[in-house]
Amino acid sequence: MAKTTDLAKSGIIDMAPVDPIASGSSRINIGETERYISVGGGALLTTVGLKTGGFGGLMLTALGGYLVYRGATGYCAVSHSLNRDTSEEKTETDVLEISKSLTINKPRAEVYAFWRKLENLPKFMQHLESVTEHDNKRSHWVAKVSTGNKIARALPAVEWDAEIVEEDENSRIVWRSVPGATVDNSGEVRFVDAPGNRGTEVHATIKYRAPEGIVGEAVLKLLNPALKQMVKEDIRRFKRLLEAGEIPTLEGQPSGREKEGEAFYKKQPTQHKEYEGVVL
Amino acid sequence: MKALCYNGKYDLRVERVPDPEILNPRDAIIKVSKTAVCGSDLHLINGYIPTMKEGDIIGHEFMGEVVETGKGVTNLKKGDRVSVAATISCGHCNYCSTGSYSLCDNSNPNAFMPEKIMGDSPAAIFGYTHSFGGYAGGHAEYVRVPFADVGMFKVDERLTDEQAVFLGDAFPTGFMGADMAGIQPGDTVAVWGCGGVGQMAIQSAFLLGAERVIAIDREPSRLETARRVGRAETLDFSKVDVLEALREMTGGRGPDRCIDCVGLEAVDDSAQYYYDKAKQFLGLEIDRAIVLRQAIMACRKGGTVSILGVYAGFVDSVPMGAAMNKGLTFKMGQLHAQKYIPRLMEYVANGQADTSFLATHSLSLEEGMKGYDMFNKRTDDVMRVVFTP
Repeated sequence: MAKTTDLAKSGIIDMAPVDPIASGSSRINIGETERYISVGGGALLTTVGLKTGGFGGLMLTALGGYLVYRGATGYCAVSHSLNRDTSEEKTETDVLEISKSLTINKPRAEVYAFWRKLENLPKFMQHLESVTEHDNKRSHWVAKVSTGNKIARALPAVEWDAEIVEEDENSRIVWRSVPGATVDNSGEVRFVDAPGNRGTEVHATIKYRAPEGIVGEAVLKLLNPALKQMVKEDIRRFKRLLEAGEIPTLEGQPSGREKEGEAFYKKQPTQHKEYEGVVL
Repeated sequence: MKALCYNGKYDLRVERVPDPEILNPRDAIIKVSKTAVCGSDLHLINGYIPTMKEGDIIGHEFMGEVVETGKGVTNLKKGDRVSVAATISCGHCNYCSTGSYSLCDNSNPNAFMPEKIMGDSPAAIFGYTHSFGGYAGGHAEYVRVPFADVGMFKVDERLTDEQAVFLGDAFPTGFMGADMAGIQPGDTVAVWGCGGVGQMAIQSAFLLGAERVIAIDREPSRLETARRVGRAETLDFSKVDVLEALREMTGGRGPDRCIDCVGLEAVDDSAQYYYDKAKQFLGLEIDRAIVLRQAIMACRKGGTVSILGVYAGFVDSVPMGAAMNKGLTFKMGQLHAQKYIPRLMEYVANGQADTSFLATHSLSLEEGMKGYDMFNKRTDDVMRVVFTP
């Protein structure tokens, strides 16, 4: 049997955040057959679109992407607005869970305070566009869905409301999305003093509910490693922002890959093969 | 601006690339006045360390003049003449706060890459592989220095550019080798490799109280420099059996402290060398640990093996039984440049140490490939080539 990396389930770490409520994407309004067709057709369009390139290609890619999303999640915003429902039975789906811990060389109160001000989260969670706090408990979250092109922006925005369901000052925050979210999710973050004045241990767990049906679950499980890496990088950025005051970046630095003109010199001839000491 | 770019194995070209810009508050831009080659660059251009990309600007030993600072850099200003640490470190994580700058948690934007290979990410290094951050390096007219408030040091007016340029890597690396060795008064220290780092390790060993330093290489000019500048005794490994010679020179005890300034591209004429080369060729081994093996066998019981030479992957046939039963201490690592630079600058300024002799050749940046080619082949008694962009 393969070793588990799911430490929460294995009992190595003791985390018991609330499960996300089933709603939104885990609510299905498209039948199984229609979903397979949607995924297959969408994938084809996406591939053709990427190969075609240009504005037309972009249109095809965007449309294909939406069909894949619609098929995979089993939820179609258009069908929903038309009160159309081609799905058969409703069951609750699996909850997927991602945990990540890091130690931050800052006092616990400071680390907690930065996270508790939820509007700070998009500063280090790359997939978040914004978080707006309505009051002490309720907040509105908007995810980044597009790289800024018009077609992608025409797609339904991925956004949801969340509420803080448990909170211990300077040590623990538990939240979950309220019914109606695009992807039902919940999470817990704990703040623990690291031994020997090494700062604060941050233990974060994110849970999300796979959309109903075989396709939805399969797709999310395939995406799970990528999502796990995303959560890991988010926590790492949190640490970097707090410790270094900024997140290191390479975006915008020069390289020979973005040439302004011709290479100053063509490949320069060398006779390195004569030197047996270094080259294989 | 002009920059020396990696274009594949043993292929460097000077190209016109966009000027660097301030990207983060703690960035600074410096106009490079001098930038030097380093042995670890050879590992990159000879294709031993993975994750280089075509178009990467290389070079991690450089100095220059500050032309712009981000709003987070308040300890240095435009016009300052600075030496820059080769390793990029945030200055505030647990490692940086305890002086282990090359273990910085935060400077490597590609931390996930080394984590897969090593379990953790070390600090980023200028002009190195993408696994070590992928930052554009100093073989260019201008360079962006991230975390500049921690990584840049205003150069003392008493130092020349030829002295100051080696404060970024060669001197702190050599010094760290001697520091890690835990030298006690009266110790005999053996130094493998008499390139720039080895030469500085020799001087540093004496600064830290060594009574004798025995330097090992095969290049006559480098051995001559070790004797003349470093006051070391020397061994030519192509002419004598190093293990036997070290035993004899130390009354049968072996050197107290052994410093490996060679690393993964070690050469000699033993059967083990050809075995290593064959394994490297077949992709079964990345590093040739010839010097490491020799240091373990040579070191006296209870002594220290200090490793500065770069190792990238897996080594073969390391005599762990000898190391364990002889009770050796191993210390190793990339340089904690920021920890040592102020102290070393003072040594050079007051004449206790010198670095300028390392700069045997001065070339323009356009002659970059030529400079690396001669450095790689050790032609014309080259120690280090310094480029003036």
